[in-house]
Amino acid sequence: MTRAMEKNSPAMRLVRQYMKSKVAVAGLLGFAFIVVVAVFAPVLSPQDPYDLAQLDIMDSLLKPGEISMDGMPYILGTDDQGRDILSGIMYGLRTSLGVGALSAFFALIIGSSLGLVSAYFGGRTDAFIMRVVDLQLSFPPILVALVLMAILGQGVDKIIIALIIVQWAYYARTIRSTALVETRKEYIEAAACLALSNMRIVFRHLLPNCVPPMIVVVTVRVAAAISLEATLSFLGIGLPVTEPSLGLLISNGFEYMLSGRYWISFFPGMALLFAIVSINLVGDHLRDILNPRLQK
Amino acid sequence: MTEHTLAVDQLKTWFFTEDGVVKAVDDASFHVDRGEVLGLVGESGSGKSVTGFSILGLVNPPGRITGGAIRFKGKDIANAPERELTRLRGARIAMIFQDPMMTLNPVLRIDTQLTEAILAHEKVSAKAALDRARQALELVGIPSAAERLKAYPHQFSGGMRQRVAIATAILNRPDLIIADEPTTALDVTIQSQIINVVQDLCRENGTSLVWITHDLTVIAGLADRICVMYAGKIVEQGGVDEVLDDPRHPYTEGLIGSVPSRNKKGEPLHQIRGMTPSLLNTGEGCLFADRCDFALETCVRETPGVTRTAQGRSFRCFNPRPQIHGK
Amino acid sequence: MIVFILRRLWQSGFVLLTMSVIVFVGVYAVGNPVDILISPEADQIEIDRATRALGLDKPLYEQYWIFLKNAVKGDLGSSFVYNEPALKVIFQRMPATLELAFTAMFFAVVLGIPLGMYAGLNSDTFIGRTIMSGSILGFSLPTFWVGLMFIMLFAVILGWLPSGGRGETVEVLGMQFSFLSADGLKHLVLPAMNLALFKLSLTIRLARSGVRECMVMDYIKFARAKGLSKTRIIGVHLLKNILIPVITVLGLELGALIAFAVVTETVFSWPGMGKLIIDSIGVLDRPIIVAYLLIISLMFVLINFIVDILYSVLDPRVRLQDFKS
Repeated sequence: MTRAMEKNSPAMRLVRQYMKSKVAVAGLLGFAFIVVVAVFAPVLSPQDPYDLAQLDIMDSLLKPGEISMDGMPYILGTDDQGRDILSGIMYGLRTSLGVGALSAFFALIIGSSLGLVSAYFGGRTDAFIMRVVDLQLSFPPILVALVLMAILGQGVDKIIIALIIVQWAYYARTIRSTALVETRKEYIEAAACLALSNMRIVFRHLLPNCVPPMIVVVTVRVAAAISLEATLSFLGIGLPVTEPSLGLLISNGFEYMLSGRYWISFFPGMALLFAIVSINLVGDHLRDILNPRLQK
Repeated sequence: MTEHTLAVDQLKTWFFTEDGVVKAVDDASFHVDRGEVLGLVGESGSGKSVTGFSILGLVNPPGRITGGAIRFKGKDIANAPERELTRLRGARIAMIFQDPMMTLNPVLRIDTQLTEAILAHEKVSAKAALDRARQALELVGIPSAAERLKAYPHQFSGGMRQRVAIATAILNRPDLIIADEPTTALDVTIQSQIINVVQDLCRENGTSLVWITHDLTVIAGLADRICVMYAGKIVEQGGVDEVLDDPRHPYTEGLIGSVPSRNKKGEPLHQIRGMTPSLLNTGEGCLFADRCDFALETCVRETPGVTRTAQGRSFRCFNPRPQIHGK
Repeated sequence: MIVFILRRLWQSGFVLLTMSVIVFVGVYAVGNPVDILISPEADQIEIDRATRALGLDKPLYEQYWIFLKNAVKGDLGSSFVYNEPALKVIFQRMPATLELAFTAMFFAVVLGIPLGMYAGLNSDTFIGRTIMSGSILGFSLPTFWVGLMFIMLFAVILGWLPSGGRGETVEVLGMQFSFLSADGLKHLVLPAMNLALFKLSLTIRLARSGVRECMVMDYIKFARAKGLSKTRIIGVHLLKNILIPVITVLGLELGALIAFAVVTETVFSWPGMGKLIIDSIGVLDRPIIVAYLLIISLMFVLINFIVDILYSVLDPRVRLQDFKS
């Protein structure tokens, strides 16, 4: 058994403490469910809503449960172009999660590296990097995203870039404050005494001890990124119309809501909600059990 | 005979934690009369602070009073409703806490924190309350009291803050003051000043004082009677001179012996071997037994009851130290 | 104190300048603005003429300098779409956005602090736990979706409130306000609550954690020992201590609120700056975009500045420290 799997290792204790909250476990299961749906969307969905050949305009605006022209039931109804809402949701989740995860991943790498470097080297490097971080963080993400999208234009890659730029500062700041605390601790001095190279100290010794708070930040930020992407797509400045996006689906259905055709916006909205709330539940609970100040 | 100002009778305050029951105070009995100073002595973890809090009903969950009586001027307040306790607190029974830095609210002015203690119990004008606050500050020896009233806690030194705390305690002329290690966090010179202030005030007003501390030297000069606490139980009680000159319980003896000033120069410091026991899920038997040089087999098996001697002395021990001075 | 203020002013100015550079470079330097204005069939001569008319043929740094000079004078160019000075167009819309933002902030504070304090003091009760779960939902849910749900529930299904627009306004000091008329209020409620939701959840959580941290402090126990009533302990001792962190965070968030109004205004067709910027991005009306970003940056810097001053006023420890230095 590896060390991480030993009964009383920090990881196992964390897992056990986590399991104590039923709500948080529900969140985790919900999240797992979403991930499965997103990954296997092409296989699971009854229709590929972005393959024009599969759409039939005669099937447009069908209520949930109505049958299509060729006998297939539309469980959640269709939109104005005849697209199956259920399929749209699955593909939309795939895109949203993909964009969210990808941007978080790169933002994490960039942010963590900069944060670690900043904490370890201190002095002018630290002051400069942190000045940039503070500057960026003093503006709300939506504004930063707005500016970026205005400059960059539309496209999946542009949205990912925008999300990365919005997020990296949070990671940088968190890991820097944790790293600062850790740098003062003795094991770093010990490593330095052994004349290990700076890079090695930073990555092999400092980094693993900064992981717990980062986990919390990552979950919160991923949820926020997904929410931001959906918001931008809803506003029309996010993903282009050709890409499946929950935000876009919701915005499509907006005009139909007032005439009672709620399903076009409602169901994609619920799916989005489900994803975000699950992630936030997990992150929130992790934050509670990892918070040293609330430990009794 | 007039009733005691405070009579604590077989008090039990237990903490019901996830890991088990901690008997912080177990079967404690003592009393204080009008104008008397009682010293409650013990190491940290002996339960002395919890005793103080129990009297005022300030024990926080998971702890609570599980048994016994606390008679204040004859009336049992151990299970009194919160409304009644609120009436007593700060007015008839006051408390002085240990850490002066944390007991004053940092964002409120001193005058606010003093006058509210008055206004909570009496209907007086704001100006009258302010006047009384100023007088109280002068009584405890704070210079330029009128100006200092407008200040914030962090503008005072530790000794000054403790004087403010004392001033707060005497504002409503309480019958009983419980002082929980009020000088532990202060310099030695300030300590004696504070002790003098409190002593004078109590003598003038006939206030009863329970002084909780781990410092025997303070008690020697201040108290009339002394209670020695160990692991939640009162192991010895009596007049301060009698107990200190002629301790019966081995723990008391060890405590007295380990005070540096009592030893001749050059002699090794006496130490009580071992460590304070955990109070978690304790069973039968004397909790001092494994640290005691005079422990008998009975001591480990049975919990010693209270043995009373003449002149109001008592102790809990199967094998007490021999009496030195007759009787 | 003066030193403190001057220092903050200097920092603010620096931030503003940086923002202006970023905004300028980003908006004017990327892509060619001429392209959207000229029809695709225009020949080179017409393109050249338009380019010169818009001053786009000059080198970049010169363009920036002209831009800066004009900006200080208050001239941020004319909107391509509205054919009016960009600043004027924005200022016309500003009161609507500000009204929305301030109302939302009002809701967040007035509802959030009591709810959060209750949740902190009664964290083991059903209501306490519900408030906390509600707050998680509150900041998880994307604002635009909540807005849609509000419209669906209150306007379509229940028919209690209108589904969009601003309603009647009353003019005060040359500006239009809608909260002064009953009809205006009806139109204001939903968008303001929608915008407030995120901040409300934040406030509840802040208030709650503040309460939980303060409750175990010795000065609360001391207050009890003085015989103070529960009302006083909570209402004075506790409240003042948690007010400080809550207000500072909220103050900083006011700017975010104004920025985020973009979403709410779009959903509820509220005629404010936010809706304007979205539309402008769509058609690449650059003067408006630049003007909006600069105004928002200015507001941010101003708000941060005021909050810093306010913080030192509220927390005597900070104030007196600066005095000595």
